[in-house]
Amino acid sequence: MNLPHLLPYLAAGWIMLVGLYGIVTSRDLVHAVVCLQVTQSGTYVLLLAIGYRSGATAPVFSDRPPPPAGGPVTDPVVQAMALTDVVVGATVTALLLALAVQVAKRRGTLDPADLRSLES
Amino acid sequence: MILQLTVALPVLAAALLAAAGRWLPRLAVDAAALGTAAAVTALTAVALARSPHRPQVAWLGGWGPGTGVGIPLAADPFAAGTACTAAVLTLAALAFSWRYFTEIQAAFHAMVLLFLASMCGFAYTGDLFNAFVFFELMSVVAFALTGYRSEEPSTVHGALNFGIVQSIGAYLTLAGIALVYARTGELGLATAGRHLAAAGPGGGLVTGAFVLICTGYLVKAAAVPFHFWLADAHAVAPTPVCVLFSGIMVELGVYGVARTYWAVFDGLVPLRAVAVLGAAAALLGAVMSVLQHHVKRLLAYSTIAHVGLLLVGVAAATPGALAGTAYSLAGHAGVKGALFLGAGALLNRHRTVDVRDLRGRGRGMPVTGAVFLLGGLFLAGLPPSGTFAGHSVTEHAATEIGWWWYTPLSVAASALTAGAVLRVWAVVWRSAPAPAASRRDGPQEREDPETRVTLGSLPWTMLAPGLVLLAAGLATGLIPGGPVAAAAEAFTGHGAYAALVLDGRLTHPRPVPADPWTLPGFAGAAVTVLLAVLIAAATLPHAAPDGGGGRVGGRLARRPAGRAVGRAAAAVTARLHALHSGHIGDYAAWLTAGVAVLALLTALR
Repeated sequence: MNLPHLLPYLAAGWIMLVGLYGIVTSRDLVHAVVCLQVTQSGTYVLLLAIGYRSGATAPVFSDRPPPPAGGPVTDPVVQAMALTDVVVGATVTALLLALAVQVAKRRGTLDPADLRSLES
Repeated sequence: MILQLTVALPVLAAALLAAAGRWLPRLAVDAAALGTAAAVTALTAVALARSPHRPQVAWLGGWGPGTGVGIPLAADPFAAGTACTAAVLTLAALAFSWRYFTEIQAAFHAMVLLFLASMCGFAYTGDLFNAFVFFELMSVVAFALTGYRSEEPSTVHGALNFGIVQSIGAYLTLAGIALVYARTGELGLATAGRHLAAAGPGGGLVTGAFVLICTGYLVKAAAVPFHFWLADAHAVAPTPVCVLFSGIMVELGVYGVARTYWAVFDGLVPLRAVAVLGAAAALLGAVMSVLQHHVKRLLAYSTIAHVGLLLVGVAAATPGALAGTAYSLAGHAGVKGALFLGAGALLNRHRTVDVRDLRGRGRGMPVTGAVFLLGGLFLAGLPPSGTFAGHSVTEHAATEIGWWWYTPLSVAASALTAGAVLRVWAVVWRSAPAPAASRRDGPQEREDPETRVTLGSLPWTMLAPGLVLLAAGLATGLIPGGPVAAAAEAFTGHGAYAALVLDGRLTHPRPVPADPWTLPGFAGAAVTVLLAVLIAAATLPHAAPDGGGGRVGGRLARRPAGRAVGRAAAAVTARLHALHSGHIGDYAAWLTAGVAVLALLTALR
């Protein structure tokens, strides 16, 4: 595999690592939740990169016949997976942000370093 | 039809309860939830009874194996057994909640049913991406249930830590699933497995995919260093929910690793990394368990230890070890569920689960005391409990493949965790109550009551579920070894899962029955129980309640020679406590390090 083909995979890995780095160094829980969303974006890129075929069009057959007659299309399975992934991500993010709001209300801070350990 | 109903019925009931629950009387909500859980228990029991004789496979929407994009649900005996365990625990948790929560919304019942549906779905699914979706549904409901009492600061903090760590793991799992799809073009466990097996040893991509998929499952299974979320979440989650978390949700991570390995990666990657992380979890969890005063946290660390042992049992990768692991899983689910319900009864009665505040206050709760005593002994592997059968069979199987270290590890982890529970029993039920004046000035943070009303005497609906679970934990040890060994053989058989799902063909192996009733098994159990009692006695706090309560090595510190040991132990203890900081950045860093260790150990040839 040459570099242009490898690039989307490297980008996906990079995005996931950047998100992880953000969570590790985060000083704000809302920031940490957004970084989690960034980590997840890496999986979108990975999924779409896997289904991509050069020269292919979107897998929509309303105005043209399905392949092989209509020419190559990109893989619809990974796109369905990415869509499901987006829904999952929205649920998780909404729930975690709600929890972060509660932390801010109860503890008066969003900095993870200021939260007391739960270990008694 | 049974398999689809197992998942669909609780989802439907949950939706109805969430929509109409606010207008329904409390009794109707409880009855509906209990009825649904009972129906799912019956459905999974039927699937379990049928699975050895008739293939239990359903292709959703009639998209069969020929179409290439169908999604199967398949129940082999272990899948059905796991789902059945989840259903029984849900039934017990809901029955306990009936009188335990005086004020609760129907949303709680709806979420518990949704949780049950996702666990059954995860156990039955034969599709990688479907497994991810059920896994995420299970996680999201678990976050919401953990943070259910959102007015408590530590509750939302624990739930947030749980949510972030678990989600990172789940996204890594999804990345691994994507890599499998990239290599094979298949998402079915069976089809992807056949494809990879035909292609031969896969190299970097296959190893990477396995490591990434396993990461999410190992976060769920709380292998070290992915385990930090577990104690935080268990300490703050409502007690009936802890039963489900400790009894089956964490174990589903182990199930996920085992299912993915044998259905997809059979023989393509080594499992030694799983063994190493599992053994580390067994040791660390056991030590941390002894160091706790908070009963729910103590039980949570004990779960980490026992699930670590389950992971090592899976990583041994022989049918014998897997049969033992199945015994252990079922036995542990019953015993740990009963212990958590006992902790819930203590919390209800005394508004605290801190052992230092509970000294001698167990009188008047004899049934709960018996649950703690018996639960502790069963955790140590007192025959004929399921944990005894599990330890005996797994230790035999591990010794057979030359893992001489497994038996000492299993004995040590079981003895430490059981000793911690027995110490709770001794302090709360067998010690003289501390005089009121010298009682601690109260814990740093008063345990929030999960209910407003303290019940005068515990109603039978709060006692019976614990006793039933304890009896179930006992009875699982009496399951005959033949069927369990056959199920393990069918689970691990090369291509057996693909034959079941794709061809609808059962393999009928004739294995040597798993036999827990051996001399080494009894000897191991005797040593473990003895050690557990000794550990409980040695860590018993002094009668003087002045802060020395629960200090580890309390007896040692009185002798000069023991003082140095005591100081060293205190330093290590402080270090271990500091490690579990509750800081989400630390947890994420440990997770990243864990993935690196997992990848290195798996990639090394």
